[in-house]
This record gives sequence, structure tokens and C-alpha cells, in this order.
Amino acid sequence: MNVIEVQNLKKHYPVRKPFKALKHVKALDGVSFSVPTKKTLGIVGESGCGKSTLAKTLMRLEVPTDGSVSLSGTDFTNMTGKDFHSAIQMIFQDPYNSINPRKKAWQLIAEPLLINTDLSKDECFKIACETMKKVGLRPELAHRYPHMFSGGQRQRIGIARALVMQPKVMILDEPVSALDVSIQAQVLNLLMKLQDDMDLTYLFISHDLHVVKHISDEILVMYLGKVVEYGARDKVFDDPKHPYTKALVASSPSILKEASDEPAIQGELPSPLNPPSGCAFHKRCPMATERCSKETPELTEKFGRKVACFEV
Amino acid sequence: MSETIALDLIDENEHVPDSFIKEFWNHFKQNKGAVAGLALIIVFVLIALAAPLLAPYNPTFLQDNALRLPPIWAEGGTWSYPLGTDDVGRDILSRLIHGARISMGIGFAVVILSLTSGLFLGLFAGYYGGKVDRLIMRFIDIVMAFPSILLAITVVSVMGPGISNAIIAVAIVAIPNFTRIVRASVMAERKKQYVMASKTFGASNFRIMVFEILPNCLAPLIVQATLGFSDGILNAAALGFLGLGAQPPTPEWGTMLADARPFIESSPWMVTLPGLCILFSVLGFNLFGDGLRDALDPRLKK
Repeated sequence: MNVIEVQNLKKHYPVRKPFKALKHVKALDGVSFSVPTKKTLGIVGESGCGKSTLAKTLMRLEVPTDGSVSLSGTDFTNMTGKDFHSAIQMIFQDPYNSINPRKKAWQLIAEPLLINTDLSKDECFKIACETMKKVGLRPELAHRYPHMFSGGQRQRIGIARALVMQPKVMILDEPVSALDVSIQAQVLNLLMKLQDDMDLTYLFISHDLHVVKHISDEILVMYLGKVVEYGARDKVFDDPKHPYTKALVASSPSILKEASDEPAIQGELPSPLNPPSGCAFHKRCPMATERCSKETPELTEKFGRKVACFEV
Repeated sequence: MSETIALDLIDENEHVPDSFIKEFWNHFKQNKGAVAGLALIIVFVLIALAAPLLAPYNPTFLQDNALRLPPIWAEGGTWSYPLGTDDVGRDILSRLIHGARISMGIGFAVVILSLTSGLFLGLFAGYYGGKVDRLIMRFIDIVMAFPSILLAITVVSVMGPGISNAIIAVAIVAIPNFTRIVRASVMAERKKQYVMASKTFGASNFRIMVFEILPNCLAPLIVQATLGFSDGILNAAALGFLGLGAQPPTPEWGTMLADARPFIESSPWMVTLPGLCILFSVLGFNLFGDGLRDALDPRLKK
């Protein structure tokens, strides 16, 4: 059974400028995916492709324009606060920015409990200490303030905070990109161990393809609010079909292999206010034909994964 | 895998958590100036509380035979009036002791009134932004467009002279300072991810404003509150000088200062002593505020 199912999710922001017609930024334009229990979906794409909007919309911080999200079979707009917060939690990118510097470690970790449950402070403190152990922090540090912790430890606090509600789904918004490479590996391993121990389902948002490849079971590639390729990790990364995925994989630097023959991606991400006609990628695409500038390709099943491209 | 998530060891000296007050005091006492400031404040507050016990005379009693007596260290001073008497023969020491009551009271009242109203206006303006922000800040702009003492005079003239009306007038004048400081820090804090993180746990707007954002905006507010204390005393004294604040014979330091102005050359102690009282009480609050800011900000702790 799929723990999280997203159907045709859209988020359009109205943009009003004086003396100009009302326009919409289509930050998310019909995104659909589903993730089974204990699996990890990697979500990749350039900055501005709608990854963060997706995370915010799934966390109910933004109201979707259209589409539905169901968590373990229940539509998320019908869930009460407590049910919702124990179904899905989020880990943030910057451990220096995402935890309140005025709160002690245990207060930070226990905060979701204090808001969503009737547990007493002592009980919350105990649960916070147990959760600290789970993420590899000594419970003796519970009374320290965030500035007494290193970046990796702070990120562990962020992970513990997301875990106390015992969620089924976790959104990881670039959880390691602000950390040193050595710490990245530790935190990734911790996340994978927690996934095993607590039956977590991850939505792993990142622009670091190596990290995504390491942790994900399936990959979703986004471009300007749309899904361009979606399928099993090995298929998408080892044999990318969509020209955008190909370019992304080619432009990802590696110390192990020589630069690939695939040309790196050209040009800039178009303005989401004036997206190109037809396929949003056609202006940067080496394979584009006239049809691409007129019609929008649908996401269709090809080569064992879903691709939105006419030329594949 | 097990070693990669091994328990982290920071250092060996175990951190035994202190109670908040003990922890606060440990950091606060390292700042000698702040401790001196706190001592000054305590002295003034004690004097204010025990004024009727300490003062040798009634502060409004006129001694017919003792006009403008100099203090004991000057030629002609006597022990019966240690700090001398003023132009109508009132004992200056008694007036200063009772004046501590009034001036400290004015200072506290002004800071509490302007801080609470400025705090909530700034919090709402900075947190909600948009129309709420525009409405509140235009109101603040209007208040700021008037010279502060002129606005205070206007308010007092509408409500009538007297200490309580002077306090309200001075507090209204001080609101913009607090509002702008709170709004600026709230706007900076609001964009940080920890606020978004709180929203993802379902924290209410009130909880985010008061328990998440506000503690991070306190440092500049504390400094502003200490400055507001001195501004409050000085503005109230100015109103007293203009006959709109404390009414004679109330022993208010600012009013005493103003009353003694004609005798600044012949009897300089009449001006100097209330001036020194204002100086030291304001200094005490400023030093204390600085130390408080350092001790309250965990990022400045060593």
C-alpha cells in the first residue's frame, strides 16, 4: 500500500502587476506520484523547478490550487492537526537556520509533542531524551543550546524533532547539502538506519545527484513545476531517457569517471512567469523539433519508466 | 554502520544543567559594569520604597529660617540639612529621597506602557506584514512626524496637566521606538526556517509570535527599554518644567532641576544634586540593560 499518494497536484501563485494582466506562476503543474512504505523517492531538479513548493504544499503550508494528496489512504485536507502531524514531518536544509537558537535541545525536540499532545513536560522531556539516543546524541546534552552543537549535531536535533511524532512519511528538504562531506555520510547513514528501524517513507529532495542515488529507490525529475521523468532509480540514472535528465546526469561532476560525452545543459531556467510554449524544455533541448514548441508532451510509460517527451 | 552513528562526545566536563536563574546570574556577574548598574538600581529602588523612613523632613515642609542653605561640605552647611535647602527652605535630601519614588515610578510606568503597546504593534506589523503592517506603520509615522516634546505637550493639554497624564503622554511619544525595533527584528526572524519548521508542527500564529520569534527579538528591546527609562524621566521632567507634568510642590527630580534653574550660579547644589540623581539612575539602567542583553543571549555566552 502507498503511504503517500499525490494526484495531479497544482500550485499556482497569482502575480499582480499594475497595468498588466493577471498572471500565474505555475510552481507546481500537475505533479503525481506515490511511494510505498519504507521506500525513498528522490526528487531532483534545478533551483526554481518547484521542489520546495512541493514540500511546502505537502506540509499544508500552502493550499494546493488543484489535485489531492492522501496519506495512508486519507485525504490530507480532511485530517485533524494531530493526525496530520503524526503522518508527515519535515527535515530542513540549514541546521543553523531551522532550529530556534533560544531553545534548549530537548525543548526543540519536544516542541511537536508540546503542541500536538497533552503529555506533561516531564514526559515530553523523557521522549525527547530517548529520541536523542535514536539519532546518536547523548541525552546528557539535552540542556544545551543549539550554538553548543556542531552542524551535524544540529541536523540530528532537526531529525529528532521530526521523529518525536513518529511520522510515517518524512520530507527531507536537502537535509545534507549544508553539511561537510564527511558529516553528510554519517547523517545519510543515520537516515537509512532510521528508515529501517521505524518503517519511514522518505521524500528526499536534493540537487546532489550522488546523494539522491545513494538513498533513493525511485527518482522523480522535475522541470518548471512538471514531472519530466519518473521511475526506478537504476533506470532513470543509469539509462536516462528524457533529454533533461540526460543533461542533468551529464552535468553532475564526478571524481570517478571522465567527463561524459553528453553535452552539459545549456542556457538558463526560463522564467516561470513566461514559460515557453509546448514542452517547457524545448528551448534548451538538443532534440527539440517543431512539435515540441507547439504541443505539451504527456507523461507516458516508456522503457519501464514514465517520460514526458515526444522524441523518446 | 554502528560506528557512524556512535554517540557524539563533545567534551569531558559534564554539563550539569543549572536552574534558569542560577545560569543567568553566572553569566550576568561576569560583567562588572552590569553588576554596578544593578547595585545602583537596587539602591534607588530601596530608597524609593523606604522614602518615608529615610527622609529626615517632610519634602514639602517649608523652613522659614533656612532658605538656600548650602550642603555640609560647603562653607556654611549644617548637619541638620546635610544636602542643603532650596529657595523656599525645603530640605533637599528629603526631596531627593521622595523624588526617587516619583521619578522611578514615572520611568517604570512609561517603559511598561510604551513597551507593551509598542511590542504588540511591532509584533503584529512585522509578523503579518501587508495591510496590517501598512496600517500600523502609518500610524507610527504620524506619531513620529511630531517633535516628541510637542506631541507630549499636545497630549497633556488635551488631557490636562498632572503626573499620570504626563506618563501617558511620554509613553505615547516612546511607542514608535519600540514598535520599529520589534518590527525590524520580527521581519528578520520571520523569514528564518525555524519559523517555518514550527508551522510544520502545527504551531499557532500566536505561539510562533510569542514563543518562537519574540525571544529572539529581546536583546535590542532590553537596551531600548533602558534608554526609554531615561527618556521617560527626562521627558516627564521637561513637562514638569513647562508646568504640565508633576505639579509643585511634588518633589520630582526633573521639576526640582527646572525650579532650581534661576539659582544655578548662586546655589549650584540645587541644580547639581537632582541632576546627579537622574544621571546615576539612568546610568544604572543602561549598564544593567547591557549586562542583561549579554546574559540573555545564549549566542554571546562563552
